[in-house]
Amino acid sequence: MSGYFGDVAALARKDLLLELRSRDTVPAMLLFVVAALVVFHFALPTDASARATDGLLWIGLVFTALLGLTRAFVAEREGGVMDGLVLATFDRSAIWLGKTLSVLAFLGLAEVVALPAYALFFRPIGWELVVAVVLADIGIAVVGTLLSAMAVVSRARELLLPLLFLPLGIPVIVGGVGATVADEPGRYLAFLALYDLVFAILSWASFEYVVAE
Amino acid sequence: MRNSRPALFALATLVLLGGGIALALFWVPDDADQGFSQRIFYIHVPIALTAYACFGWGAWKALRLLWLRDERYDLESYTAIHIGLIFGVLTLVTGSIWARTSWGVWWTWSSRQLVMFLVLFLFYAAYFMLRYSVEPGRRRANISAVYALFGVVLVPISFLAIRLSSDLIHPVVLKKSGPDMAGSMFLVFCICLVGMLSLAATMYSIELTGKRLDGHLRELREALA
Repeated sequence: MSGYFGDVAALARKDLLLELRSRDTVPAMLLFVVAALVVFHFALPTDASARATDGLLWIGLVFTALLGLTRAFVAEREGGVMDGLVLATFDRSAIWLGKTLSVLAFLGLAEVVALPAYALFFRPIGWELVVAVVLADIGIAVVGTLLSAMAVVSRARELLLPLLFLPLGIPVIVGGVGATVADEPGRYLAFLALYDLVFAILSWASFEYVVAE
Repeated sequence: MRNSRPALFALATLVLLGGGIALALFWVPDDADQGFSQRIFYIHVPIALTAYACFGWGAWKALRLLWLRDERYDLESYTAIHIGLIFGVLTLVTGSIWARTSWGVWWTWSSRQLVMFLVLFLFYAAYFMLRYSVEPGRRRANISAVYALFGVVLVPISFLAIRLSSDLIHPVVLKKSGPDMAGSMFLVFCICLVGMLSLAATMYSIELTGKRLDGHLRELREALA
């Protein structure tokens, strides 16, 4: 088993190193999410309720995630790396897990900036929001990585990913916004955890078919 | 080889759906609450359930494709989802009409089933975008199948999500304790449901036959060229 997780760690490290050297994705995500928050300020009426700003924060987070996800397999595509990865001797689901972990790291970095910025611009944030964001990130990363691998082999590429992702992302929004605004966030957090679990199993099991010729 | 299945399904559709609609219009009593307009129930709910059945059938074929690696199932899964999307749109249309007559609005976010079908419509419309954006072949068959499988998992998850997010004004008539309606109403509902399922089966078998013929023709043309 350590071999499998060793492969996963190597693949995730490759993505993180690549990002560290090229700095393609994370700075764009950071800038985007802050810009989105500023735009939201101007889109909302001055007496907007806390629920409205919370809702917009979640939209901003999902769109930022989409921005990162469209880039997820670009390096593999441009360098023709995917063929090599598929031909390598390790389990193909390790490719998915490695990529999911790196996507998760990028999302986490974006939110380390986004959440304090939200607290600064709009209103203070509670622990429920932080837990919900962590759980939502896992869900977005597991589903988004698989869909990104699908979209990258299509002709429409970047155009296709939001169309594939948003219907599947609706439950994440429901859980996230619910956990943020409801009096009892427990149910919504449990729902997000369930979503993560179900889609993680499904994506892990089906990734092999997406990359296999 | 002559395929008589579409004809049989078409005959069953004609008898069951024709009879069911006639019974729904002239035989069953008016609903105590909603009066005559409630009769759209005998069309709307069977259409919705048929759409679910088609999506389920498509996912089942997708699972067979991934499991047995037989490309024949690709076309079957695609056709089932295509028919399902048609019924899904019809569900939205009939649901919208029913919402107008009983709640006075064309659209309401409080109706969980309508919202559910809107989500499913978006999801399966993206299925077609995906399918037509990937080169035909093994890869496309696999990707479509995985996406179709995501669909059946999305249904209960979305259902839960919508239940969490909304208040309740959609009538719930099929409960655990049994259907909450008169015996004659339930009988007509069942006839309409079976009729609607045979309509879907008719469309499915005709479209599948057509698509297979297309495929054979293409192969012949390539062999002759």
